[in-house]
Amino acid sequence: MGVRIGVLDLQGDVSEHLLAFREALALAGRDRGSSVVPIRSAGEITGCDGLAVPGGESTTIARMVDRKGMRKPILEFPGGIFATCAGLILLASAVEDDRRFSPLGILDVTVRRNAFGRQRESFEQDLRFQGEDEPFHAVFIRAPVITRTGARVRILARIPRGIVAVAQERHLGVAFHPELSRDRRLHLKFLEGLQV
Amino acid sequence: MKLEELRFGTELLKRGFASMQKGGVIMDVVNADQARVAEEAGAVAVMALERVPADIRKAGGVARMADPARITEIMEAVSIPVMAKVRIGHFVEAQVLEALAVDMIDESEVLTPADEQFHIDKTKFTVPFVCGARDLGEALRRIREGAAMIRTKGEAGTGNVVEAVRHMRNIMGEIRALQGRSRQEMADRARALEAPVELVIECAERGRLPVVNFSAGGIATPTDAAMMMQLGADGVFVGSGIFLSSNPSRMARAIVEAVHHYDDPKAIADASRDLGEAMKGLDIHLLAKEEVLQTRGR
Repeated sequence: MGVRIGVLDLQGDVSEHLLAFREALALAGRDRGSSVVPIRSAGEITGCDGLAVPGGESTTIARMVDRKGMRKPILEFPGGIFATCAGLILLASAVEDDRRFSPLGILDVTVRRNAFGRQRESFEQDLRFQGEDEPFHAVFIRAPVITRTGARVRILARIPRGIVAVAQERHLGVAFHPELSRDRRLHLKFLEGLQV
Repeated sequence: MKLEELRFGTELLKRGFASMQKGGVIMDVVNADQARVAEEAGAVAVMALERVPADIRKAGGVARMADPARITEIMEAVSIPVMAKVRIGHFVEAQVLEALAVDMIDESEVLTPADEQFHIDKTKFTVPFVCGARDLGEALRRIREGAAMIRTKGEAGTGNVVEAVRHMRNIMGEIRALQGRSRQEMADRARALEAPVELVIECAERGRLPVVNFSAGGIATPTDAAMMMQLGADGVFVGSGIFLSSNPSRMARAIVEAVHHYDDPKAIADASRDLGEAMKGLDIHLLAKEEVLQTRGR
């Protein structure tokens, strides 16, 4: 059956997310009748089965969410949310040492922004993923890290410096950028979890 | 690649950083207060400078990398990425900025060039670079040297968008003209552009530059910014246009709004209301030849 994925199009690597989800749907043989669409206004959120909150500048994206009245429709969104890097910060319950914006509190986690330092410290690394035999190639760009997880949260991947991937109900939150590497396993996992 | 092994400064990390800036506004700032105003308005990054380009024009003399104390002050004031400029070819200024851990280095024609033959070999750095370009050849030569992001040059410090428009139209038009050509014709074109044929083919296939392409050099109003987005920019740099306007905080926010709603004239109209005076600006045709910045570095 067709599935509709919305990618929050406020700022950041939106086109990479659109492309990654289109590839994943094709790999799953579910591209017919499905659509992956950019979401630019609050009214477009409800029609989707899944929502992706892309990477970008979390401060900028958070401000746009509020200016465009998207906070409430995202909080009330019944489908799954795929949150990447800045998106993970936006969906967290708390952000360490940052009072400039209040995160949405959809994922029961605390995150630390720019946990590894500045761009010079951005890195690529192969990760062990829970339930996967093959490692996952992860691209960390000025990435956050998860410093606390609540009871409902499953930890999917961690590195010595902290937790970098989690699941909670139908939501996925990752500190790195799966849309920038070729591997579509995480997108496929998210699509399966939507149970559309 | 072994598990646990970390890789830094790869092409993917550099271009990926630029991708995270897309749809955003990068603002020139000269101190911590301005940086905070920019961040508050929704800038995706700030460019730390000693003077904004219009003031560099007025000051005359040799324009160089900003004082590290100034750059550090700005880095400490905000959590968004901080970029800074080096002179074309001045690889030691770039080494210094990398040591300071700025997030991106702009090898910029706004400063006085340090080398008239070579640009910096940007592949030797961990920090990504953005470079200016007026046409496809310049853009692809910079990408070959390792630039992770391109910005059209425009004419900095004029508050006049005409050159930014010219350069964006040049690049997008030259890419459109490649499409439908045979590989032989593209190889021929690559020779004329003094650029690698693989990059020329990639442009033709994707209908755009292989890296993120922002617009810069003369954007002074929300409508200027939205026009550059409609012409194909992935985002905009605003130099003098914000802090030389009469109400920088409102102008900054309005330009952020206009970049987001670039295809919605009504939203751009709302963003443009009651902004006060935009920067005064200069007629490009009245600039003396030696005052033109865009011809520096080719």
